[in-house]
Amino acid sequence: MAAVTQTVEHVASLEGDKYKHGFVTDIAQDFAPKGLNADTVRFISAKKGEPEWMLQGRLEAFERWQAMEEPTWARVHYPKIDYQDLYYYAAPKARAGPMSLDEVDPQLLETYAKLGIPLREQEVLAGVQGAPRYAVDAVFDSVSVTTTFKKELAGAGVIFCSMSEAVREHPELVKQYLGSVVPASDNYFACLNAAVFSDGSFVYVPPGVRCPMELSTYFRINAENTGQFERTLIIADKGAYVSYLEGCTAPMRDENQLHAAVVELVALDDAQIKYSTVQNWYPGDSEGKGGIYNFVTKRADCRGDRSKVSWTQVETGSAITWKYPSCILKGEDSVGEFYSIAVTNGRQQADTGTKMIHLGKGSRSRIISKGISAGRSSNTYRGLVSAHQKASGARNFTQCDSLLIGKHAAAHTTPYIEARTASAHFEHEATTTRLSEDQLFYAMQRGLGQEEAVSLLVNGFVREVLQELPMEFAVEAQKLVAISLEGSVG
Amino acid sequence: MLSIENLHVSIGDKEIIKGLSLQVPAGEVHAVMGPNGAGKSTLSYTLAGRAGYEVTEGMATLDGEDLLALEPNERAAKGVFLSFQYPLEIPGVPTLTFIRAALNAQRKARGEGEVSAPAFLKLAREAAGKLKIDFDMLKRPLNVGFSGGEKKRMEILQMAMLSPRLLILDETDSGLDIDALRIVSEGVNAMRSPDRSMLVITHYQRLLDYIKPDRVHVLASGRIVASGGPELALELEAKGYDQYAKAAA
Repeated sequence: MAAVTQTVEHVASLEGDKYKHGFVTDIAQDFAPKGLNADTVRFISAKKGEPEWMLQGRLEAFERWQAMEEPTWARVHYPKIDYQDLYYYAAPKARAGPMSLDEVDPQLLETYAKLGIPLREQEVLAGVQGAPRYAVDAVFDSVSVTTTFKKELAGAGVIFCSMSEAVREHPELVKQYLGSVVPASDNYFACLNAAVFSDGSFVYVPPGVRCPMELSTYFRINAENTGQFERTLIIADKGAYVSYLEGCTAPMRDENQLHAAVVELVALDDAQIKYSTVQNWYPGDSEGKGGIYNFVTKRADCRGDRSKVSWTQVETGSAITWKYPSCILKGEDSVGEFYSIAVTNGRQQADTGTKMIHLGKGSRSRIISKGISAGRSSNTYRGLVSAHQKASGARNFTQCDSLLIGKHAAAHTTPYIEARTASAHFEHEATTTRLSEDQLFYAMQRGLGQEEAVSLLVNGFVREVLQELPMEFAVEAQKLVAISLEGSVG
Repeated sequence: MLSIENLHVSIGDKEIIKGLSLQVPAGEVHAVMGPNGAGKSTLSYTLAGRAGYEVTEGMATLDGEDLLALEPNERAAKGVFLSFQYPLEIPGVPTLTFIRAALNAQRKARGEGEVSAPAFLKLAREAAGKLKIDFDMLKRPLNVGFSGGEKKRMEILQMAMLSPRLLILDETDSGLDIDALRIVSEGVNAMRSPDRSMLVITHYQRLLDYIKPDRVHVLASGRIVASGGPELALELEAKGYDQYAKAAA
């Protein structure tokens, strides 16, 4: 009995310690009054100095949202969210909106340094060892605090800025594309986001341009009782290419925090977008107290012929994850890909997957999903592959593998397949395996410690997906997966 | 030297090994032969430290150090290597990655530095060459889609690269054709050395034509019931295990 208690305590201590980004930055912040009504929406819009058309769009979304019901079909359980008990806007005091690095509060710079996010272009440019070369948009609670490498990107014609800035500086692009992939009416959380979204990243890559570096956004929730509602819009014009990565962390807090983001991608003829996510929001403690509710709508519109969008996600954080990065394959011969690693441990719940909607002739899609469940967690893959009548010759390949660690975790697979054309060709493969004690013993007999052996075996399991990530993130993701599973065996 | 004294091992409520004693001095090769169900695999798993094999009595030491109190990986670092009867597949982990991780883990446990990449590759090339393994095969996930013979060769390759002090071969001949048997045996024979003890566990005498033992022990019903020179294996081949099974019962 004593040994059991000890083990439980050991695991519990790991749960607390292993989340390395759980610190809070003590910084003066501006808040909107608590709660949500039309005035909150006006407050946010006014804070951002938005034009009237944006405010109207927000108010319409808010009105619609009030008439909507929170969805309950996902395999996740949580107490009812009190939407009046949240703050909808929190920003570090001082000037809102992005600024040059010299103007950014040193405390914020320190926060990002602690998180390992490179905001100092000069270090990169000066060739400081180990400084990766990619542009970053840093979003702290509700606002973007800085965006790096803007000048160099502008030289190539690429627009990379915060959403607030895009509304001001590029209203024609925002008007044309915002909400064109995920309309406010799409779902409950997307609608809420349309009403109260605060900031996020905007990317436009002009025709024929290959974006000269990786772009990334780093989202940080800091304030207490605050929802984060960011909005990202990426447009790759004809023949353009861009690779984009988002990372996310939050402090450890006892209460749950809501994160309801919307990401829209638009790929025109021959354009390619590669979108990678490393999601490491605070998952809550081992008893399920605290953690982020990650209710996110991500969708790509492959509206151009031969366009291609790849989603790659590594989901290790959040108390609850509810997201289905999807592709609408409108263009002829357009391609959608979804590579996913979802790790749940402790009491985490994940209901995640993708939708591949084939509308265009000869459109193709590929889904590789690797779910790992440990502790008392629950991990569901939910996916839809559909082919419209006109999508003759559409093809999909789906491979969906689940790995169980321990005796109390659950894995579910819920694939939906709809083909309205006889010429569609869909393949679905699925496996569920338990991390085998035989394999563990074999690895340990060769000299590997238990944690090391688990980590090696799990990394083998997810290798196909890791290979899809940009190099430096693949290494980080590999470590993250190992950390998330510490203490899950034995 | 491996020294086992009065070993008793149970799986669940069932006692499988019932007072086994055995000494394998450094530099010697001992064969343990016995009928199915005699406890041969239990012996090898117990020495390697597999969970579920409960030692209720007795001891096992390697060069005077107690093995039974150690975790499997700690035993590996002390020089225990078990060549599995059924080697496991490790999906997604290239063979070289696996062996390098294992080698470095062992070195770390012994307070040695990591092996350098060039030194490791040299080691791998040499070992693969001797066992007639195509080097490209080592870039594939360990044992995934390999034939029975290839898997056994991979075991010997790992053994050669990890350079253990105690080698336990559990039914290494099972599933091997004559050519593979010869290659594997040559690999094992190349590892004979004055500071290594080798325990060859087998049902059939065939393997001992290739790996000549110094001593042969007969295991029946969880105990060593007879010991002798290589001629004992030939006698067993001719007469079978029946007499011993009866004697032990």
